[in-house]
Amino acid sequence: MAENILEVENLVKYFKSPRGTVHAVDGVSFTIEKGKTLGIVGESGCGKSTTGRSILRLIEPTSGTVRFEGKDILQYSSAQMRKMRKDMQIIFQDPYSSLNPRMTVSQIIMEPIIRNRLIRDKKKREERVLELMETVGLAERLYNAYPHELDGGRRQRVGIARALAVEPKFIVCDEPVSALDVSIQAQILNLLKELQAKLGLTYIFITHNLSVVYYFADDIAVMYLGKLVEKAPAQELFAHPVHPYTQALLSAIPEPDIDSQREMIMLKGEITSPINLPDACRFAKRCNYCCEDCTKKDPELREISPNHFVSCFHPLD
Amino acid sequence: MEENKDILKTDQPEYVLEIKDLSIRYDTDDAKVYAVNGIDLKLKKQTTLGLVGETGAGKTTTVLSLLKLVPDPPGVITGGEILVNGNDVMQLSKKELSAMRGKEIAMIFQDPMTSLNPVMTVGDQIAESIMIHENVGKEEAFKMAQKMLETVGISGERAVEYPHQFSGGMKQRVDIAIALACHPSILIADEPTTALDVTIQAQVLKLMKDLKDQFQTSMIMITHDLGIVARTCDEVAVMYAGRIVEEGTLEEIFKKTMHPYTEGLFNSLPNMKDRNSKLKPIKGLISDPTVDYQYCAFADRCPYATEKCWQEVPAKRYFSETHMVMCSAYDDPEFHIARGHENG
Repeated sequence: MAENILEVENLVKYFKSPRGTVHAVDGVSFTIEKGKTLGIVGESGCGKSTTGRSILRLIEPTSGTVRFEGKDILQYSSAQMRKMRKDMQIIFQDPYSSLNPRMTVSQIIMEPIIRNRLIRDKKKREERVLELMETVGLAERLYNAYPHELDGGRRQRVGIARALAVEPKFIVCDEPVSALDVSIQAQILNLLKELQAKLGLTYIFITHNLSVVYYFADDIAVMYLGKLVEKAPAQELFAHPVHPYTQALLSAIPEPDIDSQREMIMLKGEITSPINLPDACRFAKRCNYCCEDCTKKDPELREISPNHFVSCFHPLD
Repeated sequence: MEENKDILKTDQPEYVLEIKDLSIRYDTDDAKVYAVNGIDLKLKKQTTLGLVGETGAGKTTTVLSLLKLVPDPPGVITGGEILVNGNDVMQLSKKELSAMRGKEIAMIFQDPMTSLNPVMTVGDQIAESIMIHENVGKEEAFKMAQKMLETVGISGERAVEYPHQFSGGMKQRVDIAIALACHPSILIADEPTTALDVTIQAQVLKLMKDLKDQFQTSMIMITHDLGIVARTCDEVAVMYAGRIVEEGTLEEIFKKTMHPYTEGLFNSLPNMKDRNSKLKPIKGLISDPTVDYQYCAFADRCPYATEKCWQEVPAKRYFSETHMVMCSAYDDPEFHIARGHENG
């Protein structure tokens, strides 16, 4: 029996706004096995990034529990949490804004090592930085370069090296390749996969790119307006999506294949506001199969076949 | 304004657009940037041409030049000819250019959040271009604008609203309405759905395709996404470092891929049929645009490169009437890339 490195239960994050309460994340539960990747997909505003950040407590969740290696980290003090972050890291989407422009590549990578007092000896620290740069494929000559001298792909490698510097067990990758060109995107995805195999890392991989997540993740969770609507192993989800939203989302991927016979399912309208939500299925307004009960109650997430979860009153076959 | 209307030639040649040996350079204080390096391109009536490539390939500079919109300085058109419906764009006066913009060629931009005027109602913004090109008054133009909004799937009543009252997908529809308001013969879409979510992207792409047929417009679709190309284009031109390295029909580019760079683009994409196949990225980084490559700019990244590739700019070679490839490797008649030959 594989152990779960992370267990998230009923995670909630509300934001107060002048127009009402924003239900950014509204009761999300899932588990991740050690060494695996959970992909979280969904469109803008579905709460996928807030979920990732709440788990690391970069945003303080409103309620719920997050157990990392069995310990409930939401109860931790900020001092305890700081220690904890050595094990839990994040890689951000935009390598242009997530690196300090006034620090050199080596300073950026070295900072977490100093902060966590991992290596006291200066010489050894420098060696470690060079070693990390090599791991992520950065040339040694860039040791004293500033971020503005680097292109997007290299900057993202710096971001990855910084995350790896503290030898984490778990990394939240928040759209790590969205800002990159396809040829560079593939390089970074391969790098993240190699690192996972080599260092036994566990990932949460947040993205809106469905073909990337299919390639990258073991399990995929689909979010819509703060809720998990479907979760299943990648292969299963792509072969048998049962939630109407998942089906529409998958059908909308433009496939680079001119023989693709796939029918595009058109959804009505656009994602609705996450403010002051009624007690009804959040997808009901856009759903092509909406029934009366969908507008009266919010469906719970339930397991319809082993490891395949869906929150829909009338899942499709 | 009135004399603006019919000063352009109207006899219709076979191609609505012809670009011949176009080169554009940006002369900045730091360096010369060789953005477009001698490209030829033809756009047939009512077809959609996909212009594909990564950041810095010169896609946007190319289409901006069609409207003479390349900022000057620092942009310099160093050579070539652009014919829009037979009119030589370089020779047009300011007046003739503004008659052409919006009427002959219209453009949809990537980011509808910044391309719309935030302090003008969407109805007025659509009406503005109608009033420039058609002989109508303000009221009439606003009515036509409302009709245009209905055409792109937005209620005409919303013409009095401002851009911030619309979602991203809706703003892009407004952009499309502005572009099509004067029934241009060429529509240029510069990454029109990159800023949109995938379900909204599907809606917008379908709308564009339907309207293109309805308005009998020719289209240039700039994108980096081969999936969008497969869904919307008839012909494809692949750009790398300011050159078109491969060009052909959709079928030729996808099924008879010839250029190593095009192959690299396909290999960089996750395979939806086989999750376990490894991504094969193109090695190295995108070429430096400040270098005036007098050889194949892709040679440093190319797995098939031979010595010759660093010695000269590859010649254009036609494998069919429509299929052009710029690659010296084909000097060897036995040469073929791996794609399409994986099993032997």
